[in-house]
Amino acid sequence: MASSIYFCLLRTVFLVCFVNPLIQGLSGDVNLVNDRRHQLGNNLTGLPIVTFDWHHVQTPYLVIIWVFVAGLAKLLVIELNHHVINVIPESGLLIMMGFILGGIVWGADKAQTFKLFPPTFFFYLLPQIILDASYFMPNKLFFSNLGSILIYAIFGTCWNASTVGLSLWGCYEAGVMGNLDIGLLQFLLFGSLIAAVDPVAVIAVFEEVHVNEVLFILVFGESLLNDGVTVVLYNVFDAFVALGGPRIDAVEISKGIFSFVVVAFGGSFLGIVFAILLSLLTRCTKHIQIIEAGFIFVVGYLAYLTADMLSLSAILSVTFCGICCQKYVNANMDEKSVTTVRHAMKVLANGSETMIFVFLGVTAIDTEIWVWNTGFILLTLLFVFIYRIIGVFLLTWMLNKFRLVPIEFIDQVVMSYGGLRGAVAYGLAAMLDQDKIPEKNLILSTTLIVVYFTVILQGITMKPLVQWLKVKRAAHSDLKLIEKVNNRAFDHILAAVEDICGRIGDNWWTRGWNRFEENYISWLLMKPKARKNRDYLFSIFHKLNLEDAVNYVSEGERQGSLAFIRSDEAANVDFKKQFGSEFTDVMPDIMVDMSNYELGIETFSVTSIIKDTIPSVSLDIHGQDRKNAMDDVNAHHLLQQHLYSSRKHHRHKYSRSHFGINQSENEVQEIFQRTMRSRLESFKTAKMGVSPAKKITKHHKKELTHKMANGHPDGTGHLYGDEVDSAVGSETGAIRGTFLRDTYTVGAGIENPVVFPDMDSSTHNSLPWLMETDAVAPSQRAQWHLPWTPNRLRRLAPMRISTYSTDSFLMADLEEHEEKPQTDHE
Amino acid sequence: MQFACACSARQMLYECNRNHRKIEQQTRRLGYWWRITVVMGSFQSLPDDHQYQTLSKNTGFSLEQIAILHNRFKQLSQNEETLRRDDLKTIQDLESNPIRSQIIEAFFDSRNFQNDGVGSVEEIGFEEFLTVMSYFRAPPQHITEEQREKIRRSKLRFLFNMHDTDNDGTITLEEYRHVVEELLSRSGALGRETAKGIADAAMLEVASISVGPMAPDDFYEGITFEHFLKILNGVEIETNMHIRFLNMDATVLCK
Repeated sequence: MASSIYFCLLRTVFLVCFVNPLIQGLSGDVNLVNDRRHQLGNNLTGLPIVTFDWHHVQTPYLVIIWVFVAGLAKLLVIELNHHVINVIPESGLLIMMGFILGGIVWGADKAQTFKLFPPTFFFYLLPQIILDASYFMPNKLFFSNLGSILIYAIFGTCWNASTVGLSLWGCYEAGVMGNLDIGLLQFLLFGSLIAAVDPVAVIAVFEEVHVNEVLFILVFGESLLNDGVTVVLYNVFDAFVALGGPRIDAVEISKGIFSFVVVAFGGSFLGIVFAILLSLLTRCTKHIQIIEAGFIFVVGYLAYLTADMLSLSAILSVTFCGICCQKYVNANMDEKSVTTVRHAMKVLANGSETMIFVFLGVTAIDTEIWVWNTGFILLTLLFVFIYRIIGVFLLTWMLNKFRLVPIEFIDQVVMSYGGLRGAVAYGLAAMLDQDKIPEKNLILSTTLIVVYFTVILQGITMKPLVQWLKVKRAAHSDLKLIEKVNNRAFDHILAAVEDICGRIGDNWWTRGWNRFEENYISWLLMKPKARKNRDYLFSIFHKLNLEDAVNYVSEGERQGSLAFIRSDEAANVDFKKQFGSEFTDVMPDIMVDMSNYELGIETFSVTSIIKDTIPSVSLDIHGQDRKNAMDDVNAHHLLQQHLYSSRKHHRHKYSRSHFGINQSENEVQEIFQRTMRSRLESFKTAKMGVSPAKKITKHHKKELTHKMANGHPDGTGHLYGDEVDSAVGSETGAIRGTFLRDTYTVGAGIENPVVFPDMDSSTHNSLPWLMETDAVAPSQRAQWHLPWTPNRLRRLAPMRISTYSTDSFLMADLEEHEEKPQTDHE
Repeated sequence: MQFACACSARQMLYECNRNHRKIEQQTRRLGYWWRITVVMGSFQSLPDDHQYQTLSKNTGFSLEQIAILHNRFKQLSQNEETLRRDDLKTIQDLESNPIRSQIIEAFFDSRNFQNDGVGSVEEIGFEEFLTVMSYFRAPPQHITEEQREKIRRSKLRFLFNMHDTDNDGTITLEEYRHVVEELLSRSGALGRETAKGIADAAMLEVASISVGPMAPDDFYEGITFEHFLKILNGVEIETNMHIRFLNMDATVLCK
């Protein structure tokens, strides 16, 4: 419903701001406008205040409008309806959107004025997609399956090209297609352009399906590399066609094969050269950090264009450039630049992908190109489909003799079914020369039909097929540190076992290469500094820590303070009690923290570290009463004493070359260390047996964080001392104690020993009531049952049951009300 | 096929022999002759043929593979019946391996011998050697889910045992730290502290994944095997943990 409204809106917008000026622009109005300008210029009677000059901006305007429209189409498709998205892949929907848009244009113009022209496609849309795919290529997976990928890409494509071409020719000779002006070479040319699986289509479909990684890399790697192959094949056959049948002899054919090899490997080699250049370049861009991200795109594009200039395979060139440089570039560049590259790459690639699919649809709405030949088209579909299956099974059968882990039958089915054709085939078909190939339009329309058939129909059926066949899916993708550690250990184990059985295996080669790479290539291409901290495990660890830090900060921001963090102090206590001495040597750092709490206390229990005695803030009305002016003072004090200087002071002046967050090196370091330590802290909890208390704190996190009063290091805690005293020993005391514990732990963030190790001990020492309560405090177990106490229940009520609706309103008010004083101080 | 194998192997042997004249004449020549016997006798004429067949049945290696491994075994043990730790430590390529000691230890850990033994031994015979090696076989092509699960379990058990050095059924923090420290020991830039941090963080992860929210009095003692299985759920160990055992002798090449 909503989507249809959207669509109407879009169509209106489209018609108003695009088609109308277009009609004017294209129906001779251009001259009119020009003439008018001329006239204006000649008989200038006065200074025109505003002029309308469509022609002046026409080309860039149209381009940008189309980009915009394609973006809107994608938005529309995504927002459309999740059921539809689940059934039809996005690429298919985009093509359909293209049909509609093309229909609008055609309806307005009575001709298709916008087509996907091959130069546009090959120069402006394709490179970034390939660069993106190769730059984010999982290298290890790719290279460990490189043999199979190459086999599929080279032999598979040649197989497809030759069999499809020859079979069609055979059928043509048999008279199935009627009378066509087409020969064997033209059929082979057609076969070569239709042979390649298209990376754009494959990524679009397979990304949604989540097949296992080996299968994905096989299909994806093949599609990436066979584009290069198919372009080369196409060029060779194109040259043959131009040469004409009779003049092709053995010499020419062998030259063709030779040029195939040169073009493919030359392109790859050129890409590697550019990758080296790029890596070297990023070694010394330290002082122009703001544009270093741009180099990736510029050099990648240069690799593409250079290869094209030398008539080498441009796709292979940019592929290998991306694959080879990623490691060094990522290590050399600043982290911010790396992020920039990642995002910019995705924006570009996704944008072009959308454009391509939309235009594939738009192009179809054109009566000029459509030539129907039932025999030719249906047979092409059939042969493309069948020979793909045969080719995959044949090659896999051969590969499985050598592969250690054979490719399973189901995977083969998916691979052969995943032979999606796409825009590259269309681009090549559109590039054909009408003079040399009279049936160009037939070839073009057949190619389009094959593309639609594979992308839409096979795309739609891919997901059900994968589910039905129970193809091994990709496992979860979240980063588990322990997995990484294990994988690392694992590599070493495999290599060692190979050493022990004394043979040269894959691992032996891998290790040899790694050693060489580490010693020489990294030395050449990587900054010395980057070399030092590029350890894999460390980087994972670093990444996790960064993630933590981000969560930490965003959580803090959400809650208005950083007061929520660690909730596990109490756990330390228990830990100490249970395993005190035996772990002292193991975890000295923990013990240091612990010793702060100990202070000669016999039974170490939770309440001993309660510093704050206000049981709740917002939801408890009584708590409200107890709140007093001291709160503000405390909060102020706290802010002054404990908060880091804000890291988000953007510079007030504009600068093109500095993206200024004035962030000192030390501060970054400090944050890193802090998160590391807090990881450790929470680890301790785990060790201790208290999970990071997520469940418990969640409910009252909000309320608690509003209370900043617990941070008073100067002993203002006295004020509430009596309350704690009253709690001691009594049943309610236990209850309250628990809650207090929670309060503390939540509040602990403010002067969390993790964060402020130095402040810590003094704080604890200066709280006199601390000593009194701890001895009598109830056990943790008892405290844990706290949610059942009436007090607590009430507190939780608004969140759980809605019977207290009025109450919750009230509370909400209270909350808001309370926040104010703090923000004032901030 | 076998004939071709034998031929090329012999060819290689000759080549290598020519190239490695200087090296350890005595043992080498013995090994050489032995190998020739293996290759030329096409395995049937070997005295312990029956034993090989039993081994093949137990471990799943082919006869050729067993012969090659036996060959290597003799080479490592200098033609003794048993293999000692020192023998393995002399392997040159192993020297650069950061977790060398643990891997070697795994070969002498009787938990890995599939005979319900416990504790580590001083020396192992060929059968034990082969049993340990069999953990690194690629899974057969057509297997049922149960078989796959079984293979997975046994492989993971092997890894688990490698970490669990004191054999108490859990990988404790110290044990795990030890592993991480050794893993990082060669990357100089990282101190022990970082290794600790990483081990701790990893351990925390395990705790939160495998146990979930725990009662306050609980104590996470370490990774049990069940947890280990759970954590590595996403890793396809059954298809990853393997090396390629050749059907052809290549030992001489990587001396």
